[in-house]
Amino acid sequence: MATTTKEISIGDLGARSSEATHHSATELQGETMALNVGPSHPTTHGVLRLKMELDGDVVKRCEPVLGYLHRGDEKIAENMTYNQFVPYTDRLDYLAPLANNVAYAMAVEKLAALEVPERCQAIRVLCSELARISSHLLGVGVYGMDAGAWTVFMYTFTEREKLYTLFEELTGARFTTSYTRIGGVARDIPDGWLGRVLEFCKGVLPVLDQVDKLLTRNRIFMDRTVGVGVISKEDAISYGLTGPNLRACGVDLDLRKDKPYLGYDKFDFEVPVGTNGDCYDRYLMRAEEVRQSVAIIRQCIDKFPEGSYYAEDAKKIFAPQKSKVLTSMEELIQNFMIVTEGPQVPAGEVYFEAENPKGALGFFIVSKGGGVPYRLKIRGPSFCNLSILDKLIPGHFLTDITVILGSLDFVMGECDR
Amino acid sequence: MAQSELAQFQERFDYLTERPSSDHLAVNCPPEKLVEFTTALRDDFGYDMLIDVTAVDWDAQSPRFTGIYHLLSTTKHEYLRIAVACPDDIHPSLPSLTSVFAAANWHERETYDLMGIHYAGHPNLRRILMWDAYPYHPLRKDFPLAGIEVPLPAADVAEATQAKVIAAPMMGGPFVSSGDGTMDQTEPRARDESWTEERERPNDRAEKSESSTDLAR
Repeated sequence: MATTTKEISIGDLGARSSEATHHSATELQGETMALNVGPSHPTTHGVLRLKMELDGDVVKRCEPVLGYLHRGDEKIAENMTYNQFVPYTDRLDYLAPLANNVAYAMAVEKLAALEVPERCQAIRVLCSELARISSHLLGVGVYGMDAGAWTVFMYTFTEREKLYTLFEELTGARFTTSYTRIGGVARDIPDGWLGRVLEFCKGVLPVLDQVDKLLTRNRIFMDRTVGVGVISKEDAISYGLTGPNLRACGVDLDLRKDKPYLGYDKFDFEVPVGTNGDCYDRYLMRAEEVRQSVAIIRQCIDKFPEGSYYAEDAKKIFAPQKSKVLTSMEELIQNFMIVTEGPQVPAGEVYFEAENPKGALGFFIVSKGGGVPYRLKIRGPSFCNLSILDKLIPGHFLTDITVILGSLDFVMGECDR
Repeated sequence: MAQSELAQFQERFDYLTERPSSDHLAVNCPPEKLVEFTTALRDDFGYDMLIDVTAVDWDAQSPRFTGIYHLLSTTKHEYLRIAVACPDDIHPSLPSLTSVFAAANWHERETYDLMGIHYAGHPNLRRILMWDAYPYHPLRKDFPLAGIEVPLPAADVAEATQAKVIAAPMMGGPFVSSGDGTMDQTEPRARDESWTEERERPNDRAEKSESSTDLAR
């Protein structure tokens, strides 16, 4: 059989990238050099791309390029029922899917003016805090790795693995949990699970101490992070930074304390606030937040409420139990309506933010009534946290970029959405 | 709390009207007053953080586009929503808030990218999530869910490979549709431009025709 070979020319790669790096290529002929990092690079923790202009080792200009992970989540949300969108929220901040599930469900429930029972709230608090621990363990571990401290990652990842086993027990999935439903959660907690969470809490604290010993007074780590990537308080507010990145700059804002939801006001915990706003402070914030999360989890389990894990009176919102669906006509119809038409939510506009591990994850929902949102906007904290890069990075050494990116602890899933 | 604050605002800014909201205070503001109002909010009322900028496409209504801004006070811990109707339905435009809040830069680029609202006075109004040469604004209601076929972002690759960005297959997806018949008939917004239950996938067609020419040879 005759075969032909077709030559494909895609031009000179070098020329293309340098052209892409700067619009006026002639300007780069002099002393400066164009450097393109990412979108696929271990430093960028995902698919962030940085177009930089270097003068020797110093970055003169930095332009972040986003969108490599854009999936059109907001468009997708407009075309499905509220419950069907829950799995998509897993994929926003995919390092803390449980916390995203909770934030999304809370936003829709706020629109429906629905109160979930105390037990459901407690389960959600556990979800959010375990997700925070999981995310921060990864954040601190990878940050250490970025700064050249490999060992930390091994310790934190081992702990995170244990958490994933707990998640699997609770939700049936390790990674994409899709655990909440509008008006409740998918299922009650398994027998003995709370005990295993407490066991995990007992085990994670010594590991944190170990991390503390490895990093906090580590000369090399401090040399690389103290005074690097300093963000002023004013800049942090102006750029809309949230979460540990904002608090590291000395702004005391934690939505769990300041706009309490899920009964966070009942728990006794501290919000760590930094002073210098540098990379080192951002590390300290995360390490301390894990300890505070452990404290919240212990208090929560200590007084774990009995009762229902879903809003039983929300007939048009939460699908009835399977056993009832199979035996009773009314429940069968109710189940059918909710599955086909979605949870019935009144018309209105609502904005809800939850304090997620990376910052404030917000959902703005416009509803015209019925089971499908008319418009759903996702405010990804990583998107806002990264918007400061073009101001923050210039003036730093190229080697500092790795540390700065690691300290900001972003995830592109919720940045690009 | 919200009512007294609204009264305070209206006393100083008589152009504000209250907007129905399911949560915190929301106001309507005319576009030409937006910069003045937000500057005052930041300096005199403590709303110092711009949390979110977005827009809503009301489809057949006029005004078609409404810009939405969420502000948060880091001291009072209160949210405020500002809605601004775009006067022009065909070429919607709003004043840029980049001079007031640095955060507006990326948010406005995103809204421009996905919704096609022009922010007058923005220093760098380029697409942020889609690539620079992308011709559409995908979050508008008249843009189909499946997408529209466009050339690849890299022109030289597209030329050499003849490849395109093709619309996504919608069949079997969990998207809302109503009535009987196939999804591309009942749900115009989910119209599948590439393949349906009745029409096979272009790749399958191409493979088939290729194998038939092989046989002919």
